Amino acid sequence: MKQKQKTILTAVALLVVVGLLFVAERSLNPYYQRILNLCAIYSIFAVTFNLIFGYTGQFSLGHAGFAAIGAYVAALLTLSPAQKAVNFFLKTIISPLANLEVPFLFALIIGGFITALLSMLIAWPALRLRGDYLAIATLGFSEIIRVLMVNLQSITNGALGLKGIPGYTNLFWSWGCLAVCIFVVKRLVDSSYGRAMAAVRDDEVAAEALGVNLFKHKMMAFGLSSFFVGVAGGLMANLISTIDPKVFLFTLTYQIVGVTVMGGMGSLTGSVISACLYTIFLEALRPIESQFTIGSLTVPGIPGMRMVIFSFLLLMVVLFYRKGLMGNKEFSWDGLFRFFKRLLPKKNINSPGGGGS
Amino acid sequence: MLFKRLLTIGFLLILISGALVGCGSQDEETEKIEEMEEVVIGVYEPMTGAQAAGGVQTMQGVDLVYAQKNEVLGVPIRMVLVDNRGDKAESATAMTRLIEHEKAVAVVGSYGSSNSMAGGEVSEAAGIPVMGCSPTNPLVTEGKDYYFRACFIDPFQGRVMAKYATEQGIEKVAIIQNISQDYSVGLAAFFKQSWIDLTGSDAGIVSETSYQDGDQDFTAQLSDIGDAEAIFAPGYYGDAALLMKQAREMGFTGQFMGTDAWEAPELVDIAGDAAEGAVFSSHYSAEAATTPASAPFVEAFEAEYGEAPSAMAALGYDAYILVIDAIERAGSFDPEAIRDAMASTENFEGVTGYITINETGDAVKDAVVLQVQDGAFKYLSTVSP
Amino acid sequence: MTLDSFFQNLANGISLGSLYALIAIGYTMVYGILRLINFAHGDLVMLGAYFAFYGVSMFFLPWWAAFIFAIGLTAGVGVIMEKVAYRPLREYPRINLFTAAVAVSFLLENLAIVIFGGRPKAFNRPAFLDRMLNIGSISFVSYTPIIIAVSLVLFVGLMLIINKTKAGMAMRALSKDIETTGLMGVNTDRIIMFAFMLGSCLAAVGGILWAIKFPQINPLMGVMPGLKAFVAAVLGGIGNVGGAMIGGLLLGIIEIMLVAFFPSLSGYRDAFSYAILILLLLFRPTGIMGEVQPEKV
Repeated sequence: MKQKQKTILTAVALLVVVGLLFVAERSLNPYYQRILNLCAIYSIFAVTFNLIFGYTGQFSLGHAGFAAIGAYVAALLTLSPAQKAVNFFLKTIISPLANLEVPFLFALIIGGFITALLSMLIAWPALRLRGDYLAIATLGFSEIIRVLMVNLQSITNGALGLKGIPGYTNLFWSWGCLAVCIFVVKRLVDSSYGRAMAAVRDDEVAAEALGVNLFKHKMMAFGLSSFFVGVAGGLMANLISTIDPKVFLFTLTYQIVGVTVMGGMGSLTGSVISACLYTIFLEALRPIESQFTIGSLTVPGIPGMRMVIFSFLLLMVVLFYRKGLMGNKEFSWDGLFRFFKRLLPKKNINSPGGGGS
Repeated sequence: MLFKRLLTIGFLLILISGALVGCGSQDEETEKIEEMEEVVIGVYEPMTGAQAAGGVQTMQGVDLVYAQKNEVLGVPIRMVLVDNRGDKAESATAMTRLIEHEKAVAVVGSYGSSNSMAGGEVSEAAGIPVMGCSPTNPLVTEGKDYYFRACFIDPFQGRVMAKYATEQGIEKVAIIQNISQDYSVGLAAFFKQSWIDLTGSDAGIVSETSYQDGDQDFTAQLSDIGDAEAIFAPGYYGDAALLMKQAREMGFTGQFMGTDAWEAPELVDIAGDAAEGAVFSSHYSAEAATTPASAPFVEAFEAEYGEAPSAMAALGYDAYILVIDAIERAGSFDPEAIRDAMASTENFEGVTGYITINETGDAVKDAVVLQVQDGAFKYLSTVSP
Repeated sequence: MTLDSFFQNLANGISLGSLYALIAIGYTMVYGILRLINFAHGDLVMLGAYFAFYGVSMFFLPWWAAFIFAIGLTAGVGVIMEKVAYRPLREYPRINLFTAAVAVSFLLENLAIVIFGGRPKAFNRPAFLDRMLNIGSISFVSYTPIIIAVSLVLFVGLMLIINKTKAGMAMRALSKDIETTGLMGVNTDRIIMFAFMLGSCLAAVGGILWAIKFPQINPLMGVMPGLKAFVAAVLGGIGNVGGAMIGGLLLGIIEIMLVAFFPSLSGYRDAFSYAILILLLLFRPTGIMGEVQPEKV
């Protein structure tokens, strides 16, 4: 396919997507809207984890903690002073924060920056560690962050959490942020920085011998990844309108890892697809948990079956699709046509032009 | 290769069929009563996850009502239960699903104030009334016009236990709270505040320590209590049971005090003899038949489940039946009317007491103080607000 | 703090630490050979406790038979886990193994919720483990020394197996270099299965002892001990069995003593444990007894 055709197709596709978002935001059932919002947020989580681990090879398990920072910063900045007074009824909030209120965009960006800053502070000493040791260190940091949030009642309201966060997140915000995130990450990955990061992932010693500044590139990946994790956290806070430290347990990180691996480490498309599948899937399977009938058989509702099925499917994917659903291939128009061609039965063994360009 | 292709297609099929079944429950428009085929009352509870115990118990009560009364205003009720997994994001999604997808006219739930707050944001925006069964954090109904609850709130509970302690002549108490649980943190604070109000100072609180979710070893906290005569531990029964056992093993002979989350048969199962003599506040007692409705409820419950109802089950029963009552009083399925009926509930004869809803949407009710005697929960006294 | 309460707390710390150590040893054994963080290990702990519970309550076995039943069954689950989920992925990047472990862990936990029910159950201690003992003015329950004793015995037994038997030698060889060991004629699959079986048995014992010490079992009870055991294993140098023992004991003692010395900071306990872990890792990046892996270029 010629480059010009591809560009036109891409432009048209983007317009269609924006149009769909517009329609969806206006008239789609709020339930489906919520699911779509969650899809976008989880996609950001997956893409950022892919950046730090799939592309740079750093096994960081700190996602939940970073999301918490972003969420709390955004929440504290968007909560009105009146709501803050209501929330902090056990221990009053510290004075600088009490009257602060900023527009959503700034809250997200500030949240992202603070998250990035804190994560780089953490990464500075931690990146000395390799592999599983880095994993446990970042996991430890994630939990430390959560414990601090539980205890620092005058800043975060502790276990009581924050409620009444304005619900600014809508489809434009969530998918918009996802688009920006993917754009930035893709540009980074395709640049010389990205190639250096891949070198770091594949063989640190060789990379260093070739003059790649390991530390600088790891920090870059960390910082950028955490910025967007913070933004995603903020989006989440303004979607659910209430947060508390329990939302950011390390189990969230495990889910993100599972989703990203399912999509394929090294494929941004895979991360997005997988995150959306995960979110939609969990909701779509809800009927299994209530009574349903197959023919004349009444199957009683068993709560918890959704997660059993999901875990089972995750295991299947890991076992049989060892490179994840998308491997490390990205979305491309050629790939799309080839995929559909392969699913359909071959009409003619000698069909000409069977391969793509 | 063939296997992989089959797997892909199978995968896609499961997804599509799941989505189809999900979309199968039809979206219905709100019609006139005569034309409606059924009315949906939604329930969202944590049926899995860390708070599953509470959710399961609450559903015991709800299911009992559903079996007894399955139509209102001549229209059959379809009760839809959605599991919120004890997770905030799930709670918001669950509420959204109940309102937008199942078209519920009213919702019951949830166990766990944290879940209720998340669901409450959604129901408030959508204008659907919700009756909470057991969440006791004041923030759940604060500033909300559509969220109510059939139980009292924690400031009252904290005061009940502080009063009990001072009336028993206890002068030194140790507080051990679960800092990662809003319920526990709130109650500890309210208890402390009431103690200071009643005794004039906080000198009697000789130790305040915390533990986290998942902690099972409280020996370090317990070694700090010094000469406390009583321990106030407003956590869930699992933690409380272990704590009492360990305290006794460490030689503590004083009084254990707790709150409504202690009420579960497992408290005694796990703590064994250590729980003897422990007191805690709760919503109702099978013995102190608070209303004429209590005794038949207990009978029906025991016939159905073979065990005495817990406070959660009783509250689940009351919340659900309150919703039905509100619909009947409203005379229509319009959520606004139902909401107004709920807000004006007065002296409703529930199984946990006479329920009146006040301006903030909370129930004005008596609390009972129960004590563990011979492995059973025995009624001690009633405390009015 | 009085001297008495100091020793009291120390005893509790050692008791808790031995539990962590027992679970950590299983973790580290599997890691040493497969370089796999088996997140499902914590859930094996949970299964051990549940099987013992059902052994007594459903099959009316005497407690010792129930324990053996539980250990055997859990070992079986561990072996199946290895064969189905981990063996096919051995040649693949480690992240796949990690994810498979996460998936298995989720699966076990959610199956447990569905099958056993989400409500916690009371675990009945055999009577002889429930007695109060006194040494001087320190009082403790009889299970405390038994837990410590059992852990020590199992540890010694494991060290004997690893150092004095052929299978143990094979395991040690595998942890150095899987490929070469396989080429030397060692049946890799069978030895790995053996290692998993041993690890799962240890996890089951850990679960049973845990349930004896904290007699409340629920489907998610293995999550925290699993995580703490992982921390302990890393603390001691992951892959090193002796290190896991030390790491576990250290973690248990630190956790208890921290709160004992600073009760007002009791809410920050986990944060301190992790902070100490991280500090230690920064100065000894491979743990207390970990070997510095030479990097081959």
